This record gives sequence, structure tokens and C-alpha cells, in this order.
Amino acid sequence: MSRLSSTDAVEAGAEAAEADAPAVDVEAEALLARLGDALGDDLVESHTDQGAVWVRVERDAWADLAGFLRDEEGFGFFNFLSAIDWMPSPFGRDMDSSVDNALDPPEPKEPDPTETGVAGGDTRFQLLARVNDVTSGRSIIAKADLPADDLRAPSWVEVYPGADWHEREAWEMFGIDFDGHPGLRHIYLPGEFEGHPLRKDYPLLARRVKPWPGLVDVELMPTTDDGGDATEGAEP
Amino acid sequence: MTVTERQQLSYIAAQAADARVNLEIETEGMTLNIGPQHPATHGTLRIVAKLDGEQVVAAEPVMGYMHRGYEKLAEVRTYPQVTTLINRIDWLGSFANEVPFILAAERLMEVEAPPRAQWIRTILFELSRIANITLFLGDMAVQVGAITPVFFAFRDREHVLNQIEAATGGRFHPNFDRIGGLKDDLPAGWIAETRQAMRKIRNFCDEIEELVEGNEIFQARTRGIGVIPPDVGLSYGLTGANIRASGVDWDVRRDSPCGLVHNQVDWKVWTHPDGDSFARFWVRMQETREATKIVDQLLDGIPSGPIMAKVPVIIKVPAGEAYVETENPLGVMGYYVVSKGDLFPFRVKIRSASFSNVSITPWLLRGVYVPDIITILGSLYFILGDIDR
Repeated sequence: MSRLSSTDAVEAGAEAAEADAPAVDVEAEALLARLGDALGDDLVESHTDQGAVWVRVERDAWADLAGFLRDEEGFGFFNFLSAIDWMPSPFGRDMDSSVDNALDPPEPKEPDPTETGVAGGDTRFQLLARVNDVTSGRSIIAKADLPADDLRAPSWVEVYPGADWHEREAWEMFGIDFDGHPGLRHIYLPGEFEGHPLRKDYPLLARRVKPWPGLVDVELMPTTDDGGDATEGAEP
Repeated sequence: MTVTERQQLSYIAAQAADARVNLEIETEGMTLNIGPQHPATHGTLRIVAKLDGEQVVAAEPVMGYMHRGYEKLAEVRTYPQVTTLINRIDWLGSFANEVPFILAAERLMEVEAPPRAQWIRTILFELSRIANITLFLGDMAVQVGAITPVFFAFRDREHVLNQIEAATGGRFHPNFDRIGGLKDDLPAGWIAETRQAMRKIRNFCDEIEELVEGNEIFQARTRGIGVIPPDVGLSYGLTGANIRASGVDWDVRRDSPCGLVHNQVDWKVWTHPDGDSFARFWVRMQETREATKIVDQLLDGIPSGPIMAKVPVIIKVPAGEAYVETENPLGVMGYYVVSKGDLFPFRVKIRSASFSNVSITPWLLRGVYVPDIITILGSLYFILGDIDR
């Protein structure tokens, strides 16, 4: 592992942390083994890195995973639930262009090939959630693939009541339906809002309706009638 | 003027008639709208409460009045630019918002800040906690009708804000944390002045303890009100002082430290077994005192050395995913950063403390009396920027 830090003390600390790492991994491997026994083929992939544990499960086992983690493993703390849209944005960053997007909107370009991250993935949308066990300090990050033509997943509200608002947010921002949720309605946006803003193909409208403040915007100097510069000869 | 027997009888008759009417006409439930502008909401939160008489049957928080879409905006900004945005999430403890994001970016880049930067980072982190919670201690008294303590809170918070300003240049939005270290070193004389400020904060805590904590009215309004059992609190994702007030001994600063040096000093995690509004107030009070002790000890041992690690001028973060959380003034705050090896993050999921802390209100407010809504909301202590993001 290459570290860019120059100080020896930090290097020593980092090495000590790395020496401790295998002990954590043994625990993580044991947890993954138990998860594998409980879920069988529904546990698709897993990944451990610096003490963090990722698992990817089949969508149908999404609620079973939550139930197992809470009841059998003691992960009583619900941390967050959200989603990731892995499609590269067709709009790019809207800021790299040298032209004003408000006056001259760029054409949407061909999207780059989709790449997914830790613990892999096969679909554009992925659920993302994290739960903790506060007594032993363990935590786990869960993912599940969602097919693009059927964006729905079992709700976690029965297991973790705190998932209620997080699922409403994911429904609003990504358009994911949660089966068994008591009431999916808008949480942040007005009721008549259309579209799902955190999807990558939803344009960031703030960039379209006014010039980007970071853009170099030089106002033209006032000219005289004969086309000369009015400030010519003036003291700077 | 003497009251004749006849007048007395007519009064009794009138009372009896009223009672009969109340029995015959069954009153309909009523809907009470609290907010969006109410001092208990620290911003614009609206609560729609269905009442039966004085009791709440159902309460539904309505938010989004301050939704700014930071998760979307972060996707079109470079990593150093994102800190400007996330400063505005919890605006009373801004520096603490920057820290977990910077730590997540540092983890992806495999950079570590030099020891001096880590220590100063931790000091500023705790100073923003003190600045944030000081205001709560005064504000909680306002919720039960005592106006004076909040002026003391504003007065004494100023000492801390002055120190934050002296070091960073910004009172509320420092934007001081950098990937690989800090923007600047501390100014001359800062350490002595900070020590003085910490003394003033401890005096302020004593003052509030005398004024508020022992007050009979305050105790009557908060003891046994809004009790959260630990397992319910955990399943709703409550963090920070809210869950420690329910007896859960869990503090990210102690249990999973990441990049900050809290484990280098001697301090204590305070819990309270009751889980009511008073316990939440009490735990925050002890936490403020504990934070001043942490700062005092850290000031003693700031190591010398550089303030920035060697990082490239143009920061490109290698592809990967990292989640880093820290114990912020309002509770656990974390950033799930997905990078694709670009100048800007691919996706940033912001796990803010207040969003989860407030999500328990529909459960918690059921069955309480109307005046208690205000003390419960006040004691949960949320900031709207932290809910709406």
C-alpha cells in the first residue's frame, strides 16, 4: 500500500493498523460464512476492505437479509438506506464546457459503458443500505441489484421502522417501489413534481437556467462610435 | 358584593347544562398545524398533528422546505468544491460536516493527514460541537418558557465562534478542511485564548445547571416526557446524545475512531438510563463539559510538523467506494462516496443525523399532550439543514 504522507509517525501508525487488520477479517469471514448458510444462493457476492464488509444479495432476499441481520446477528441499529444509479451521466459535468450552458445547451452524448463498484453488480440501479451492531461495533453494507424494467424491492419497514423515510426518499429520488411500505409519498419535493432527480439521466436544471458562476464571464468593454475602445488612454 | 343563593343556583345550573352539552355532542378530532415557522424547529419543519382533545392521535412531520439537493449538486463539483456545500448541512457546527467527507476522500486516495493536522482537526471538530450544543442548552429552556438562558447561550457561544473565526476565517462556514490536511496553521496566541474560552464555557454550563436543570418547572415539563426505549431508538436510527440518553453506551469517537485523535486523550462517554427529554438535555450538558476537557488536553499535546501531506494540486480520487462516519454534534454523520477515478465524485450519499433522529417523531408523539410536542422536538434537537440536505 503506498501512502503519500511523508511523516514517519503516520507510516508507523498505518503499519500497526494493517497488522491488526487480519483479526478483523477473521470475524468478517465468520459473519459472511453464517450469512452464506442462512441465505444460500441468494448471497451473490461479498467484499471486505479495512474492516468494512459489503454483501450483495438477490432482490428477493432483501427483506430476509434484514431479518437475519437483526434477529440472528444483533444488528439492531439501522444506519441508512439509499440507492445508486450506475449509469454514467449522459450530460457529463456540464461545467467542463467553455460555452454557457444556459444559452447554448449541449447535446446529450452517448453514455460510457456502465461500471459497478465494490461487490459488483449487473444492473443499472442498486439498493444500498448499512446496519450496525452497536454493542460489538460491527457494521455491514448491503447491496441488491434491481432490474431496470421492474424497479421494486421488499420493504425493510417491518424489520427496521426507521427505513420508512429512507425508502420514501429512494422512491422519490430514484423511482424505486418498495413492496409493503405503508405509504410511499413525496418527502422533500412538492407533490406534483415529475421525474426522479438523482437518476443520472435527469439533468441538473440549475445549470440550464442560469450561467454557471464559475464560468469566466468577461463583459465586453464599451466602445466609442468609431469602434475604438472608450477607455483608451485612460489611466488604469 | 354578596352572592345570593339564587345566583349560586343559576351558576350551578349553567355548569350542569354545559356538561350535558359536552356529553351529548361528541367532539370531532381536530388537526393542528405546527410550523413551518416555529422556534422549536430550527428552520422550517411543519408538523401536522391530529388531536383528540389535548392528546395527539397522529403526528406527521412535513419537510422539504429547505431541500437543496446536495447529493445531486456534489456530482458536478470537484472534491475540494464539495466542502463548500456540505458546510451548509448543519450550519451550527459546520466544520464537523467537512471532516467525514474529507476522511472518506482521504481513505480512497490512501492519504493520511500529518499528526499536527489531525490534532488541530480534532480540536476544531470539538469546538464546533461546543458551539452547536451551547445553543441547544439555552434553546431548550426557551421551549419551556424561560427566555433568559438563550441570551446567555448566545453570549458564551461567541467566545467559541471567535476562536473558530480566528483559526479558519469563518464564523459559520469555515471551509477549512483539505484532503491531506488543513488550509492553514493556527494563528499566534490562539492556544491560550482557546483555553480561556473553554473556561468560559464550563462556567456557562454551571450557570445553566443552576438556572435550568434544577428548576422545578423545567423538571416537571421534561421528566418522563417523550421516553424512547433503546431498542426502538436504534431501529429508527437514532444517534448521538438522543440514543445515549436511552442508556446505549455507543460513541463513534471512542468505538470506531477514524482519522481523528480522540483516542489519544482521556475522556468519558456519558449516558443516562431514563430516555426522556430531561435525559437528552442532561447528556448534552455533560457532553459539552467533556468536549471542553477534550479540547484542553488536545491543546496541551499538539505535535509539531507540517500541516499538509503531499497531495497533487489537482485532486483525482482513485475508483472505489468508502463510507466514513463521525460523531457530529447532532449525531452520527457519514458520507458514502463512490468514485470512478475522476475529478468529481460519482455519487455521494449523505447520512445526516437529524433525518434519522426526526424519523422517530410519528412514533414518539403519539399520545402526548400538545405542549409536550414542543419540549420533545426541542430535546431531540435537530437542524433543518441536516434533515433536508
